[in-house]
Amino acid sequence: MSYNIIVLAKQVPDTKNITGDAMKPDGTVNRIALPTIFNPEDLNALEEALKIKDEYGAKITVLTMGPPSAAEVLRQSLFRGADDVILLSDRKFAAADTLATSYVLSLAIKKIGKFDLIIGGRQAIDGDTAQVGPQTAEKLKVNQATCVNDIVELTNDSITVNRNTDHGSETIKTKLPILLTITAEANTPRPPSVKKTLTYKNALSLIEKNDYDEEYLKSNKKPFVIKNWDHKDINAKTERCGLTGSPTQVKKIENIVLETGNFKNIENSASGIKNLISELMSEHIIG
Amino acid sequence: MNEVLVYIELQNEKIADVSLELLGKAQDLAKKTSAKCGAILIGNNIKNHHEILFQYGADTIYSTEDLSLKNYAPLPYTKTVCEIVEKSKPQIVLYGATVNGRDLAPRIASKLKVGLTADCTELQIGDYQKKKKGEIKNYKNILYQIRPAFGGNIIATIVSPDHRPQMATVRPGVMKVKKNDKTNSGKVVNIKTDIPQELLITEIIKTIKIEKNVDLNASSIIVAGGMGVGSKENFKLIHKLAKTLGGIVGASRAAVDANFINADHQIGQTGTTVQPKLYIAVGISGQIQHIAGMSNSNRIIAINTDKDAPIFQIANYGIVGDFNDVIPKLIKTFKTLKK
Repeated sequence: MSYNIIVLAKQVPDTKNITGDAMKPDGTVNRIALPTIFNPEDLNALEEALKIKDEYGAKITVLTMGPPSAAEVLRQSLFRGADDVILLSDRKFAAADTLATSYVLSLAIKKIGKFDLIIGGRQAIDGDTAQVGPQTAEKLKVNQATCVNDIVELTNDSITVNRNTDHGSETIKTKLPILLTITAEANTPRPPSVKKTLTYKNALSLIEKNDYDEEYLKSNKKPFVIKNWDHKDINAKTERCGLTGSPTQVKKIENIVLETGNFKNIENSASGIKNLISELMSEHIIG
Repeated sequence: MNEVLVYIELQNEKIADVSLELLGKAQDLAKKTSAKCGAILIGNNIKNHHEILFQYGADTIYSTEDLSLKNYAPLPYTKTVCEIVEKSKPQIVLYGATVNGRDLAPRIASKLKVGLTADCTELQIGDYQKKKKGEIKNYKNILYQIRPAFGGNIIATIVSPDHRPQMATVRPGVMKVKKNDKTNSGKVVNIKTDIPQELLITEIIKTIKIEKNVDLNASSIIVAGGMGVGSKENFKLIHKLAKTLGGIVGASRAAVDANFINADHQIGQTGTTVQPKLYIAVGISGQIQHIAGMSNSNRIIAINTDKDAPIFQIANYGIVGDFNDVIPKLIKTFKTLKK
């Protein structure tokens, strides 16, 4: 059988290469100051979907919510073998917390319609919350398995997966449809295919066309158009989207200030070290 | 005020450590809001846990016992906890940020349409002022949910002023347990549930328990090595110092990534959070990601060749020097003085 798979992907700031301008004074992310990447574990999620496609056949739809530039993760998905991609971009979606995000994603998934599997990364490296997957599953009333490191078996109506637990792992069997979140251990994501990259390199969403080469748009070549859905396309109530639809608010952001406690410089000499050890022993910290 | 509740997680029929830690914190939060502290306990055959929960600070236990709740599964657990929350109307619900805590809490938040902050490292009660379109709204005694964000580069304080309950998952190992042996009893509210068959679709086929070779929280002394140690071979000196002092070996993420030592030893934001009596940081520069996991240690000794390494800013004792030279001196001096 062939499966309908929806992959949830996020474009994230590369938090390993942070600069001081990463946050705006209001506590939201200053995206311009940061290089963006395909969220690493979402690439593992896409790879898991592609493995199913290779083995059984599947239609893979990749869904992302973000600014127009997030279309880049959708192009990256097309380069690797996704069949369809959808960009959820609307100013009304901006500054959403995980609840407002899952609301928008769940409505988009309802619009896509039929699915057997929804696969996302375990968590995104900007927030590290791991909440959007389960919150989306709840809104769709489907079961979930989080922290999945292996899909052990897939049949027409059931799935067996291995998932990490705090003290090891467990193998669970359950029914389709299901939402899975995938860890980095699950696989090594494939690189983009050269052939598909040539086919889709000019794929674009109409809302990002300003970033695109005017000459190309005027030429006769028809680009692959990445669908963009706004709140009207998915029948979303604006009061449940974006900042307005987010119960959580950022009260304060602080750069981590290292505490300077009672600092003693210990000389790297026999007497310096003797004094240190004596002090710690007399206070019963060692010995 | 309405209660502060803690979701009690059972792992292999035992109460998870983090749940008891959260009862300790919940007592503080309850006190500050003139409220009581309670526990949400669901499962099968769970009455034997009541006494422990009262000893660790619960005033009330909200309990649902049902055979279908024997093992954790997201669908029946979400339904049951939501029913308890809807009946008890707490102001705050806390969950351990364990694998299953982070599986369950977001579903509950999604169903109840309330806020949830992930993986908090500190919780406080305070006031909040919201300015919106020129209007100012003041909130008293709300939950400050404090967590590192952006890969540990910043600390964010999150609030959820307009929705109840306020909910957070909290990282294991950061809150302190408070045990009171005199209190063995309290109020138990039993809540019945009726779980339809269609929610019972997750079957656990196999569980593999991997005993961690190291329990970083089991020792009061940790000797941790970083990138500056340079190699797996050089790490032997770290092991030797730990053994001499009766401590345990820790490591920074960089040292684990470089394969100097396995990930069980990792301390930091990714890894284990520790607060030993003595932490010796060897060749660790002191990136935020590491400091987030050890800065609450009682005493910190930093050994580093770079006198400007950030680790010295949080250390109580700093030794600028090559660990290959410093550690043998420490071992020799300790052995001499101990005699």
